[in-house]
Amino acid sequence: MSQSLEPATANPTTYISHHLTNNSIGEGFWTWNLDTLIISALLAGLIMFVSYIAGKNIDPDKPTGLQNVLEGLLEFVEKQVKEMFDGYNPIIGPLALTVFVWIFLMNAMDLIPVDLIPLLLSFVGVEYVKVVPTTDLATTFAMSLTVFAMIVYYNIKVKGAWGYAKLFLFHPFAASNPIVKVILMPVNMLMTTIEELSKPVSMSLRLFGNMFAGELIFMLIALMPFWVQFVPGGIWAIFHILVITLQAYIFMLLTIAYLSVAHQNEEH
Amino acid sequence: MNVTATLIGQMGTFMVLIWFVMRYLWEPMTAAMADRQKRISDGLAAADRGRNELELAQKKSADYLKEAKQQAADIVSQANKRASEVMEENNVALQAERQRQLEAARVEIEQEMNRAKAQLREQVSDLVVSGVEKILEREIDSKAHADFVEKLADKL
Repeated sequence: MSQSLEPATANPTTYISHHLTNNSIGEGFWTWNLDTLIISALLAGLIMFVSYIAGKNIDPDKPTGLQNVLEGLLEFVEKQVKEMFDGYNPIIGPLALTVFVWIFLMNAMDLIPVDLIPLLLSFVGVEYVKVVPTTDLATTFAMSLTVFAMIVYYNIKVKGAWGYAKLFLFHPFAASNPIVKVILMPVNMLMTTIEELSKPVSMSLRLFGNMFAGELIFMLIALMPFWVQFVPGGIWAIFHILVITLQAYIFMLLTIAYLSVAHQNEEH
Repeated sequence: MNVTATLIGQMGTFMVLIWFVMRYLWEPMTAAMADRQKRISDGLAAADRGRNELELAQKKSADYLKEAKQQAADIVSQANKRASEVMEENNVALQAERQRQLEAARVEIEQEMNRAKAQLREQVSDLVVSGVEKILEREIDSKAHADFVEKLADKL
């Protein structure tokens, strides 16, 4: 894959930093990472296209081809939701499915040879491209923060504003004595805030870290002599199939689990 | 990690994608699957019911068959009985008829014999009277001796 790029790999530092730079326009807040946005949007568009085609041609009697595949996937996701999610919320299923498929596809961009798309785009004058959207913190945080917003929303919706506040005041350290309760309040508030905030942060950083590391290793492999690349490259690619699926799966499971907790209305 | 427009943009894409998948894939597909599941279970229940009904019908038909066979056997035996009865009745009637005819013939023969006897007697008496007349010529008054001759003839 990188035979023709021998000159580019001659300077490893430049090569790697080049590959880890987003193609962005704008400054500060108004930074648009064009590669991340466009590739993830293209993949989202692919999902929408397939969903639309499949949803339009549903035949309840004779599921064929695409419908079979999607039904299997849907049942898989639905099973996870049923097992983990207590309560009823019709958005959890589609949310979990979307999370799984979208992350999987974005991660799968990792399996495209690291230099292929940048090389092709370099012919039309695009200098920087980061192909895998999930190696951009903006993507992973976008998803985890959306999920976090839903967690807060459903916490308040199910428990009520006071119920949600009580979670911060009397959790995780509960006491029966009113004075001890008050003393524990600041500690509880700190702990619960950390607990809640760690959810989106851990979700997005886990995904980002795995994908970023995976991409980095592909780059390191690309720096090797071309005649030996296929050995580590092949091994890492095969292993990475597992990683990208697992990361998508973990993100989906955590989404379901956190939202399930948000739907609990139990006094501790 | 800075909060950038990229983050906001990705959130937007994510939310649109969730909505789209829910609206155009999840909902129709789960509905279709639930529908199929329901129809399959309905079909299985119907098949079960059908099997039960078939079993019942088979049992009933076997019962009917048994009853019909019984009835047929009864009818045949009744017919046989009736036939033998009729035959016996016929025999009795035939016997009676023969007896009657025999009796009638006997009576007729007797009558015929009596008539022949009477005729013969008359002819004999006539013959005797004319014979005696010839023998006795005039001395005998046929009227006066008619009684006598009658008696004689009767003895024959």
